[in-house]
Amino acid sequence: MERLSTWASKNRTPLVIAAAVLVAAYAFNLVRGDIAPSMFGAAWGYAIPLVLAALVGVIGERSGVVNIGIEGQMLLAAFAGFFVAAVSGSMIVGVLAGIGTGLVAGGFLAVTAVRWRMDQIIAGVVLNIIATGLTSFYLVSGQSLPGVIPNVSVPLLSQIPLLGEVFFSGRSVIALIAILAAVLVHLALFHSRWGLRTRAVGEYPSAADTAGIKVERLRMVNVTLAGSLAGLAGVYLSMDASSTFEREMTAGRGFLALAIMIMGAWRPLRAFSMALFFGFVNATASQLQQTGGFSIPPQLTATLPYVATLVVLAVAAGRVRPPGAVGQPYVKKDQ
Amino acid sequence: MSESTSRPESEGTPHPTRGDTSQSHLADIATTDAALELPPEQSGFGEGVIGEVLLDIEGLSKSFGSVHANRDITLNVRRGEIVALLGENGAGKSTLVNQIFGLITPDRGTVSVKGDSTPIKDPRDAIRRGVGMVHQHFQLVPVMTVAENMVLGHESTRAGVVLDLDSARRMVRELSEKHGLAVDPDAEVDDLPVGTQQRVEILKALSRRVDLLILDEPTAVLTPQETDELLGVMRELANSGTSIVFITHKLREVLAVADRVYVLRQGEVVGEVATKETDATGLATMMVGREVVLSIDKEPATPGEPVLEIEDLHVRDDRGLAAVDGFSLTVNAGEIVGVAGVEGNGQRELVEALAGMRKVVSGRMRLGDLDLTTANPYQTHHAGLGHVPEDREKHGIVGSYSIADNLVLNEFDQAPYAKSGVRQFDAVRENAERLREEFDIRSSGVFQTAGSLSGGNKQKVVVAREMAFKPKLLMAAQPTRGVDVGSIEFIHRRIVEARDEGAGVLLVSAELDEILSLSDRIAVVHGGTVVAEMRVEDADRTEIGRLMAGDH
Amino acid sequence: MSDTRTEEAPPPSDGGPREPEAPKDRAGLLAYLIGHQSGVVIVVALVIALLIGAALIRYQGVNPWYAYEVLLRGALVNDGALTRTLQKTAPLVLTGLAVVLPLRVGLFNIGAQGQLQLGAIFGAWVAYVAGGAGFLGAVLGMLVGIVFGSVVGLLVGVLKAYRGVHEVISTIMLNYIVAGVTFWLVVGPLQGESSRTSGIPQTESIPEAARLDTVAGVPVGFAVAVVLAAVCWWVLGRTTFGFRFNTVGANKEAARYAGVPINRVVVLSMLAGAGLAGLAGALEALGTLHRFEPAIVGSLGFDGITIALLARANPLATIPAAFLVGILRTGAAGLQFQTGIAPEIVDLLLALILLMVSIPVLGKWLFRSRADKQSVATTSWGN
Repeated sequence: MERLSTWASKNRTPLVIAAAVLVAAYAFNLVRGDIAPSMFGAAWGYAIPLVLAALVGVIGERSGVVNIGIEGQMLLAAFAGFFVAAVSGSMIVGVLAGIGTGLVAGGFLAVTAVRWRMDQIIAGVVLNIIATGLTSFYLVSGQSLPGVIPNVSVPLLSQIPLLGEVFFSGRSVIALIAILAAVLVHLALFHSRWGLRTRAVGEYPSAADTAGIKVERLRMVNVTLAGSLAGLAGVYLSMDASSTFEREMTAGRGFLALAIMIMGAWRPLRAFSMALFFGFVNATASQLQQTGGFSIPPQLTATLPYVATLVVLAVAAGRVRPPGAVGQPYVKKDQ
Repeated sequence: MSESTSRPESEGTPHPTRGDTSQSHLADIATTDAALELPPEQSGFGEGVIGEVLLDIEGLSKSFGSVHANRDITLNVRRGEIVALLGENGAGKSTLVNQIFGLITPDRGTVSVKGDSTPIKDPRDAIRRGVGMVHQHFQLVPVMTVAENMVLGHESTRAGVVLDLDSARRMVRELSEKHGLAVDPDAEVDDLPVGTQQRVEILKALSRRVDLLILDEPTAVLTPQETDELLGVMRELANSGTSIVFITHKLREVLAVADRVYVLRQGEVVGEVATKETDATGLATMMVGREVVLSIDKEPATPGEPVLEIEDLHVRDDRGLAAVDGFSLTVNAGEIVGVAGVEGNGQRELVEALAGMRKVVSGRMRLGDLDLTTANPYQTHHAGLGHVPEDREKHGIVGSYSIADNLVLNEFDQAPYAKSGVRQFDAVRENAERLREEFDIRSSGVFQTAGSLSGGNKQKVVVAREMAFKPKLLMAAQPTRGVDVGSIEFIHRRIVEARDEGAGVLLVSAELDEILSLSDRIAVVHGGTVVAEMRVEDADRTEIGRLMAGDH
Repeated sequence: MSDTRTEEAPPPSDGGPREPEAPKDRAGLLAYLIGHQSGVVIVVALVIALLIGAALIRYQGVNPWYAYEVLLRGALVNDGALTRTLQKTAPLVLTGLAVVLPLRVGLFNIGAQGQLQLGAIFGAWVAYVAGGAGFLGAVLGMLVGIVFGSVVGLLVGVLKAYRGVHEVISTIMLNYIVAGVTFWLVVGPLQGESSRTSGIPQTESIPEAARLDTVAGVPVGFAVAVVLAAVCWWVLGRTTFGFRFNTVGANKEAARYAGVPINRVVVLSMLAGAGLAGLAGALEALGTLHRFEPAIVGSLGFDGITIALLARANPLATIPAAFLVGILRTGAAGLQFQTGIAPEIVDLLLALILLMVSIPVLGKWLFRSRADKQSVATTSWGN
């Protein structure tokens, strides 16, 4: 009990904000019960890959590695997932192929940026360009998926009014995994041995090194494994949100995710909330279009998430502190 | 005895005092010069029982490129013994201990701990074998708590994964009680004063089973009083059977606490002696290989008009806390004013504010008749302020640039080095060749990159640049840190020459000896403000030490 | 590698206006060798990339040497091919420079794409409106292209310098925003007459007189780009302005200490880079398409990244680097027709080239030396 109260007093601001947002959401639902649930649903649908991708960024940067290549990792995974499923005729094989591709792409970044100490941003950009090159060269048209990713409802949780409807009722498995992943990464980062070591490595690697932690190895493992989440995000795009693969279908989501990570102060649950915020911005944009209250051209409303990113970053970027060693390769004393 | 090394802004963070008072009087005795001339057993620390050989190093060599950092080093440390490694900066002391701790792999030679001479792979391996190390730059994660730092790398967990911080807190409390080093397990390291951070660092090393404790320049950031306290802790540890390797370049500390000394010079062991059988002059002579001139020949100052006037200056540090807190000081033309103080008492922020690199919160600074309070670095430079920065690698030089370009780093857009925006390379080169000669910068030519120079020569580049334009005020922050003896003497002479030519000099140094030998006037700072000012003739080492500790 | 950042001891092969700093001592020799070493590394990188590409083409069931031959013929030998390649090279030189200039300050501009697009649409529109003024209209179009590109860069620079928004994120966001805005313009206010009926989003065609033509087989745009590359090289290496740029990129803290106004340099570098990208857009509109279409940008912006890294952030070297990319892009058109290989093979080839030139280990393997231990260029994330 005492712990709960210290925890609450430590996190007062985010808790107050979360409560206020919840109240506002229910109030909105009360007033506009006709559109609110579908808008919230659309917001969460848009946020799912952003949550997964932002977690990739959080894990990478908490370990001290900038991952500009999330975009490319997602794109490659979307490609592999879709075409492997189409060719093999099995959804599950496709999903696994997508996740595996994410891992391989994460491994690529780990090797170039961590082991070879290539400039981390350039390494990520190289990954993105390679992903674009590969996926556009090997793209073939006329393929289709052999099935769908199953939707599930979580017993009990789906009974919660509004929240249960949005998050736990008839949602795809990937959406549930995204929620689970955010909670698990949060717990792992702040309450596990792995998390303590990861944060040490990203914050002050030489302290970790002198404490007997293998800095490069931990960074490589983290960046590689995080790739699986990027893979899942890609799979979601090509096999769940839509059932087709298009050129550059990630449309900057990997970069949006990085912005979300920054706005979420490198914390998984705050990043989760920021992703929801972006989803809501997007849902509002399309709602405005449908109701036609304003005659904003669709080309302009489509840019709303990107404009929102710039505005929010302009306000937030200077106020949050990135992990101390992010972007810097760790060079031992005798190298 | 005062414990207060904390700056005013850290009030509110728990500031522990030591439970064990039995050493206090010992420490006080040890601060007096008289005590330091006595052999250790009479200086009050006593001597433990010295046992079998615990660390045995044979023929250890390590080079970085063409530089031999360590050459054929052979030494040993016995159980319960305190061994000092004494040497100038760059003598290879840190390289040596980093090899014992597995941070650097030797090229040749063996390190055996407790008879086990298999190579030490990494710190984990070293820790496993009972080696602990307190690093010169504390190896603590600033945003984490003391408890988290303490268990990093050997965390205890519940159910195999969940971090058990309760047991970590308990461990911190137990250890700090046992060794009389009080710390709050839940304090964030970032918020702790340096003295306390060091306690954490020591406790961290002791939290593993330690047979051999390495301390790399542990006293650099401490007040004289804190230093004595630390020496007391070391003696106690040794008496209870821990061996200690202790790096320093301060003779007083060696004589006060060590049983034996190895003197290193240019990567080699040049002498080994029991402290009983030597004295300060003997050790100093071994360190530099010749009789040392500890004082500079200089005429008495003939101060003129005030060049720098600082009134009630307030400046914040990077964390937004008050670092310079009501600082007032005047420097006259033709005199050297030394700012003495333990590092972290606002000196860095003061220097940066004067150079225009840090915003002033309130107060005024004037250089001659120019107000510098809101000036940027460009303006302060052109107002006549020469600045030898504390961190030359970071601020003073651009490593990838040539010596020639570095010598015009803040004059590159002025005639004759540029004409209507176009750089004049002939003038740049002539300037560089002249200064290279004049300041004895040892290099293959003026187009060698500055990053490839030795520490002393880099500093000469900076000093040459900042003195070449005949500044009204020369501000030198830690001008001889990490510089070889020859260059130190050279730089000191140059600073005195600048004074004799009529410049005011503001010397900020953590080395009390440097302050005492160079200054005409001394200002002691504590907590971001001047706590005492005195003429050098009236200065007393012990008194300054007391003032530096905030005891006034 | 540090040698890409400094100009103080240029290798003799540079052949600049004057070489007061070509020293005869050992340091100069070292700089010369390192300069050449990175040249060798790049050639080896290219060869490896093309060999991997050959394997991929082989895998598609086509003789790779034949494919490469077709590509080269289509880019250099066939009738008017060289002119087309040079036409393609011109905007590439500029997008390369658009990445190089900020990179010298430590900023990574991956938004040449958007800067180019905004420059292109307004450049095309102004040249169309001022088409009656003949060549003056073309000049006006180019200037407007620069201005609108710069506007994007200004935003990025200000957000970076004063609000701490990382340029990699802001430039990408602006790519999407500009794409949306220009698409809206081209199907709305600036839509051409014929476009309304055909349904293809386009602006009005620029009048003959205000187009950028070729003089003796050399496109005017190419000449402009080459001159600008030379100007950038001269400014960076020989002027105090360039010295400030390099100093901020080499050691920000030292630059601050030396009184360089860092924020202003950061903004200026983005402004200048983005302006050049905007000009690239105008050149493409005025010289190649003679109008604006959303597809105008193609991969010009992202190719600029490859070119900048291939050129190791040296402005003059962007010319051959852009020429190489121009050859691949131009030659690819005929590839599908004659061999059945999708032109996207070039995307793949360029990605391979980029990978090969940017991995620092290649130099290490080749020379077993410390020289290439660092990346070709470094950017900054935290600050």
